[in-house]
Amino acid sequence: MKQVIKIIAVLTSIGIISGGVLASVSNWANPFIEKNKKEATEKAIFLVQPEAKYYERFDFSDMEVYKVYDYDKELVGYVVVNQGNGFQGPIRVIFGLSKDLQRITAIDVLEQVETPGLGTLITEDDFKNQFKNLLIVPMIEWVKGKPPSKDNEIKAITGATISSKATVQIINDGINKLKKRLNDE
Amino acid sequence: MKKEVNYSNEFLKGLWDINPVFKQVLGMCPVLAVTVSAINGLAMGLATTFVLVFSSLIVSLIRKIVPNQVRIATFIVIISTFVTIVDLVMKAKFPELSKALGPFIPLIVVNCLILGRMEAFASKNSVIRSLLDSTGNGIGFMLALIVLGSIRELLGNRTIFGFQVLPELYTPMLVMILPAGAFLTLGLLMGLSNWYVKKKEQEEIELIFSGYRSATTLNTQTELN
Repeated sequence: MKQVIKIIAVLTSIGIISGGVLASVSNWANPFIEKNKKEATEKAIFLVQPEAKYYERFDFSDMEVYKVYDYDKELVGYVVVNQGNGFQGPIRVIFGLSKDLQRITAIDVLEQVETPGLGTLITEDDFKNQFKNLLIVPMIEWVKGKPPSKDNEIKAITGATISSKATVQIINDGINKLKKRLNDE
Repeated sequence: MKKEVNYSNEFLKGLWDINPVFKQVLGMCPVLAVTVSAINGLAMGLATTFVLVFSSLIVSLIRKIVPNQVRIATFIVIISTFVTIVDLVMKAKFPELSKALGPFIPLIVVNCLILGRMEAFASKNSVIRSLLDSTGNGIGFMLALIVLGSIRELLGNRTIFGFQVLPELYTPMLVMILPAGAFLTLGLLMGLSNWYVKKKEQEEIELIFSGYRSATTLNTQTELN
């Protein structure tokens, strides 16, 4: 009996102490973590919408969408953060769209766990720059092994077709969701 | 005087004699997974050392009040508290590094190297000894990770700690950055260290034998005379 009480007392007190310590550390760290997150989003938004000066969260159920404005608070376009499955895990892409939803301004890959040296090439400028000013109607297409011939085509990375395809699909999916939503309004 | 020698040995043994990676072969999951670059190895090593040292300190402080039946549970609570602290601090102050190491920081909780040191050493020894032992083991672990990370980064990306070392002429071997490269490097390094230890042992045996031989020849000579 005495042993049982001792066990309970020791475990409880250790739990309480570590809980207290963690609570105070977490209290200290949370503002920094929030700030880092906000800075990262801000940097990404202005990267994919170079003309933007202000942004505003656009209320959306299953995606992060921002409306971006220029100096005169005139709407210049949208920024969408969408994710989907890549080759080995989720890929999170942020991309900017022009106001008329005709072209992409730029894209950036926020998170990915693709194969190093192959799938990770989707984070390199060679791949991302293909999306600059890319026509998105009717949708983005990808070609393999030859240079793109149409305005809405990009060239998939050799050896990383699945990662390239996934990126295109994630962007197409995001555009469709946004279009549907804007049409409903 | 004799005690001091013991203390320094408590620290030094972790660096080589019972090196966590090459001799104990513990905590292989982070060793293989994060060593794609030297800086990742260093960060992982530092995080693990921090957790190891502070958990050792607490565990050896309370070793006499923790009932034997729940010791593992207590160790895990203590370890995970420090791991969460490391994780939060890294996320707050070094977001880039925390992103690169991803899920492997929270996974330090189940690194058997740490639980192993708690069970085998800190729960049975004084605070000073535990601190020395855990610091030695942590630094041994960190050095192994840095060596592994440097070799893989050098052969797979021409750089060490981000500085280019090999000329452009050298074509990077992609396999070194992939998981297979981790196994290859670790296997070769372990083989090398075992070969070295074997050679040392052989030399010692030779030394003893030669001493014995010269003694016997001397004996027979005296007998003959």
